[in-house]
Amino acid sequence: MACLALTGLLLAASPGAGEEVGSYVVTGDAIMEPLVGGKGDPARGDALISDRQRSLCTLCHSGPFPDAHLHGTLAPDLTGVGARLSEGQIRLRVVDMKRLAPNTIMPSYYRVADEEGRRVATVWRSKPILTGADIEDIVAYLTTLKG
Amino acid sequence: MRALWGLAGVVGALTCSMVAAAGIKDGEKRSGFDFMTRETQALQADDMANPGMLWVLQGEQLWHQAEGKAEIACAGCHGEASQTMRGVAARYPAYDEATGRPTDLVGRINSCRAARQEAEPLAPESDALLALTTYVAHQSRGMPIPPATDARLAPFRDNGRRLFQSRIGQLDLSCASCHHTNWGKRLGGSVIPQAHPNGYPLYRLEWQGVGSLQRRLRNCMVGVRAEPFAFGAPELVELELYLMEQAQGLPIETPAVRP
Ligand code: HEC
Ligand code: HEC
Repeated sequence: MACLALTGLLLAASPGAGEEVGSYVVTGDAIMEPLVGGKGDPARGDALISDRQRSLCTLCHSGPFPDAHLHGTLAPDLTGVGARLSEGQIRLRVVDMKRLAPNTIMPSYYRVADEEGRRVATVWRSKPILTGADIEDIVAYLTTLKG
Repeated sequence: MRALWGLAGVVGALTCSMVAAAGIKDGEKRSGFDFMTRETQALQADDMANPGMLWVLQGEQLWHQAEGKAEIACAGCHGEASQTMRGVAARYPAYDEATGRPTDLVGRINSCRAARQEAEPLAPESDALLALTTYVAHQSRGMPIPPATDARLAPFRDNGRRLFQSRIGQLDLSCASCHHTNWGKRLGGSVIPQAHPNGYPLYRLEWQGVGSLQRRLRNCMVGVRAEPFAFGAPELVELELYLMEQAQGLPIETPAVRP
């Protein structure tokens, strides 16, 4: 019975390149628990989403963010994403979209991808793109986008 | 990523939702020119307005200038560039007997300097090297890139194709992730072109100057947070070879203009 209860509950293991920074538990298509500490700060998440140097989100995604003419068209619009997806589902998608769509172009934000041949530039080596706290802020903000 | 988005204007809706996952189909092949605003296209099309023409003029002077211990000019061996250099850029990178590897136009100019003029090599991206390269490439303007024929280049081109398809950098993206699967869509404010090399060296408004194809390739590598290959590295020449194969049939446009 215990086995059944654990079905769909996998300990994070990288399907492709690199290693995760912190450990987390994937349940179905979601990560239920925050990566670090408690809830993120939606106001910080709001600012971070539009930061084209740091989070890069709007290079690919459009949504209810400033400077619409600079939003990319490579990815789904994030308007209403908080109504379509649960908090845990959003968290897994930002942490490691490749787990759900192995060939996706969306970077895995909470992964270190610097093994042989990847040529990760020195300044970015051994670091995930965003920290756990950054991701929690973004998740907290995206869950507020109800439509 | 800053290097990638540049100042590209908002271009009218491009209708290419149908994209080939494995490369660009012949009927869909489009020069980077086609992805630009009308204003930038007009700047490229008018020789009086195209700022790249200044490098062509400077290159013409250098072509006739004696250099090195041999005190000989490019023109001393090659004569009139409009005749002897016509079509050359369309078939480079070419196999170099001396090294047993492909060399691009920039590499050829510097090896002529060393071997024939007995002069120091010109630094990568120096004005003089860019001017000479732009002048030589300009002699092929309007000529379509011919099919590849030299079998000795095939393994190098294959290597270039492999590089093009390999995911690199912290963002874990390949050249193909953008230029094969997503051309015509926008990355931030910039339209993603098909990565054709036919306009290089070209004048980029963001650079406020002319730059080489290798500079562009290095910028895209920096954009995905990868360590770029050094100027002149064999890998960059191999990528160039692959890009020329993809661009087969497109006319040379040097000096093109980009946002
Ligand atoms: C290089 C492109 C790229 C970047 C950068 C990117 N994404 Fe994505 N994202 C995608 C694509 C493409 C998809 C759709 C999944 C697929 O089919 O590959 C996606 C899907 C998503 C989804 C699921 C949307 C839905 O409606 O199902 C969320 C949520 C998301 N991204 C959030 C983010 C956030 C937050 C960031 C920045 C921290 C970000 N993305 C950065 C390309 C990107
Ligand atoms: C994340 C997306 C992305 C990736 C990955 C990428 N590029 Fe680019 N590339 C672009 C964009 C956007 C432009 C146009 C920039 C502009 O005009 O502002 C461009 C321009 C180019 C051009 C110039 C085309 C022209 O018409 O002037 C070439 C060549 C090129 N890329 C080759 C490459 C190669 C080779 C790689 C891999 C090493 C690569 N790119 C990786 C987005 C990308």
